[in-house]
Amino acid sequence: MATVEVTFTPLPAHVRTARLVATAVARRSGVDESLLDEVRLAVGEACSRAVEAHRRHCPAEPVRIEMTDQDERFVVTVSDHAPTAPGRQAASPKASDGIGYDGGSAIPAGFGLAVISGLADDVRVLSTSSGVSVRMSWPSTASSS
Amino acid sequence: MDLKLGHYSKDGIEVVDVEGEIDVYTAPRLRELLIDLVNKNNYQLVVNMEKVEFLDSTGLGVLVGGLKRVRAHDGSLDLVCTQERILKIFRITGLTKVFGIHDTVDEAIAAKKAEK
Repeated sequence: MATVEVTFTPLPAHVRTARLVATAVARRSGVDESLLDEVRLAVGEACSRAVEAHRRHCPAEPVRIEMTDQDERFVVTVSDHAPTAPGRQAASPKASDGIGYDGGSAIPAGFGLAVISGLADDVRVLSTSSGVSVRMSWPSTASSS
Repeated sequence: MDLKLGHYSKDGIEVVDVEGEIDVYTAPRLRELLIDLVNKNNYQLVVNMEKVEFLDSTGLGVLVGGLKRVRAHDGSLDLVCTQERILKIFRITGLTKVFGIHDTVDEAIAAKKAEK
């Protein structure tokens, strides 16, 4: 299956759209029905984290999602362009202005990544000075076209 | 509508009915409702999540925030949920040990009365 890419303005309203698209593409890729809820939740978490990072640092930049099949796995990569200091944790910064991504301080920053780790058996977080990429994958059965 | 909220009193306990998706976009509305209820001296809350179709960590944060607020007044916040897809995120995060989770609103209310 060819790569599907989605970019969207970093608004919370678009996170739902992103996870619906990811679920549809995952189903087409042959990801088992029993795993689709996990795909939806994990992609939603990654997108929410990226949206919050962009809203703080670069609200004019879009968030990017790339979905593809690799070696019988459905791979989703959510990338943000929020600048990070060298060595800084990939977790989103502490919320201080209300609801934030972490629900207004009731949940520690970075909780979303912990949730993602519990939903996908293959999660990689790449943090560079130009942003963070969260790569997740699930087994798929469809062959590439 | 992405999220539908309602609430009513039953046996001195405020029941919050939630329907739809709780995520980064809709969670603020639930948060505002819980804050409003606490500000109006409702410290015994039951949140009915049987019609919730999606819940992420933002939603969990709102529920935890609500729990903290009522506990500051010696109150409690319990949940009603039997959906495995929703219970899963509570299990992943360990929050099944934090919230009382019941099968029905009546069970939740009975449990609260038994605590008194």
